[in-house]
Amino acid sequence: MKEIDELNLPCDVRYAEDHEWIRYEGDKVRIGISDYAQDQLGDIVFVELPQSNDTFEKGEEFGTVESVKAVSELYMPIGGEILSVNPALEESPDLVNQSPYNDGWMIEVKPSDSAELEALITRDAYLEMLKGLE
Amino acid sequence: MRYLPHTNEDISSMLQVIGIDTLDGLFSSIPEDCRRAGDLNLPKPLSEWELNDHMSKLAGSTAVSPEYKVFMGAGSYEHFIPESISYLLSRSEFATSYTPYQPEMSQGTLQAIYEYQTLTARLLGMEVANASLYDGASALAEALLMAIRITRRKKIAVSSLIHPLYRRVVQTYLAPTCCQIVELPYLKNGRTDLITLDEIDDLAAVAVQSPNFFGCIENLQAIGKKTHDKDTLFITSFTEPLAYGLLKNPGSLGADIACGEGQSLSIPRSFGGPVLGMFASKMKYVRNMSGRLVGKTKDMDGKKGFVLTLATREQHIRREKATSNICTNSSLCALAAVMYMASVGGTGIRELARLNYDKSEYLKKEFKKAGFTISFDSTTFNEFVVKFPAGFETKYENLLDKKIVSGLPLATYYPELTNQYLFCVTETKTKEDMDALIRGVKS
Repeated sequence: MKEIDELNLPCDVRYAEDHEWIRYEGDKVRIGISDYAQDQLGDIVFVELPQSNDTFEKGEEFGTVESVKAVSELYMPIGGEILSVNPALEESPDLVNQSPYNDGWMIEVKPSDSAELEALITRDAYLEMLKGLE
Repeated sequence: MRYLPHTNEDISSMLQVIGIDTLDGLFSSIPEDCRRAGDLNLPKPLSEWELNDHMSKLAGSTAVSPEYKVFMGAGSYEHFIPESISYLLSRSEFATSYTPYQPEMSQGTLQAIYEYQTLTARLLGMEVANASLYDGASALAEALLMAIRITRRKKIAVSSLIHPLYRRVVQTYLAPTCCQIVELPYLKNGRTDLITLDEIDDLAAVAVQSPNFFGCIENLQAIGKKTHDKDTLFITSFTEPLAYGLLKNPGSLGADIACGEGQSLSIPRSFGGPVLGMFASKMKYVRNMSGRLVGKTKDMDGKKGFVLTLATREQHIRREKATSNICTNSSLCALAAVMYMASVGGTGIRELARLNYDKSEYLKKEFKKAGFTISFDSTTFNEFVVKFPAGFETKYENLLDKKIVSGLPLATYYPELTNQYLFCVTETKTKEDMDALIRGVKS
């Protein structure tokens, strides 16, 4: 597993304490899991995602990610409506390992309350949090 | 592995190692008033001869075959068990096998389970089968929970012609959830009435049994179509897997999940247990399937090997989010079933099924000739319902004195069906047995 300083933690996304990331793209956002999360899980073999038009509250479970050693729940960092899910993950769930912030994105969401976005932590705060976990 | 008791020498040398004088010393940390003083009130020990005698007397007090001719099935069937299977099962490698917790160490056990899964999937016409569950009833309950997980809906429809005890287990399983169970009534012809389905939306699953509790064969294809039109999962249950030697299997008729009881496949009736929960589904639902699953793979050197696969769904890893609270399987019973299926083969299962059907039809015909009514006119396999004139109870008792068990009184489970009895004929019944039954019923 990676050391903390080896982790890829880009600055153009916000992070949630449950290790999801979120990126603004106009009036919608993309959500995936952080490099730390994919590294901890190991080889990802299956990603279960919701259907378009499903709506979730902040903190609700929107899917699961299964690696060779565990199945973990995915939690909504904000509330909103699912606009689309990454179709590539059905055939290639390993994209989450290879490219957690780009090709391995999971869902596209229309946020229901933009104020919730502000509550998410920055790269530096997330890094501090990870250091605390060690 | 052999189980040998410790000798007194073994015990005292072990006690010496840990520095205790007597076995009671092991319990010294438990307060005195929490311990039982004095011995248990048990009868005196018996010698082996006395014990055998005692057990035969107990056995003799019950109506079991071959002394009794039992024309009762209702979920537990008397079938011929090849001697080869009893012999193979009693081998210690098999008799002591348990669901493997350090699985890949036990390649033989895994291979046996894998072959059981393969033959189960073939018999049921399904894409994937698990390593087995406890029994037909818990398999059905697990299937319904699985459908609830897949569809994220909270309502299920269950045919009233599914075994009444299976339905009770389903109720027990679902009681703590907020799921609603809708029971589908039955028609005059002994099949499930689907009319109420039209009025219900948001169903997670429709579950039917075929052959059903009255022995009638359901029109699975039509039910499956109607179920899928409502975007609902189709679950088929069964109590008599041998029927698929003759009937189209559930997979070919559109079942999303097929589950039921495998006792017919060489497992003795033993007053209801231990038995075998068979469970199979479409491959696309495999991650929501409960129970263990063995897969075939290759090792580093490219050699064939077997593994427990998709274990991440299971309780020891996924805790309360697991697909089931059951992390085990009925290995010995599954072994009996795979040995049986492999021994008799596809042709044998077809012949046996034919024999069950033909004999059952003979008895049905004889009942009609004797002036009794067959309650439901749908096609049956090896069970059917007969309606008798009031007062049949006395005759039932008389027949019992003659060591004939003449069916199951249905009023116990369906109060409206007074004087109607469910009969079962398997390959173990001869023409003479059946003629004797008819003579007894007529007299």
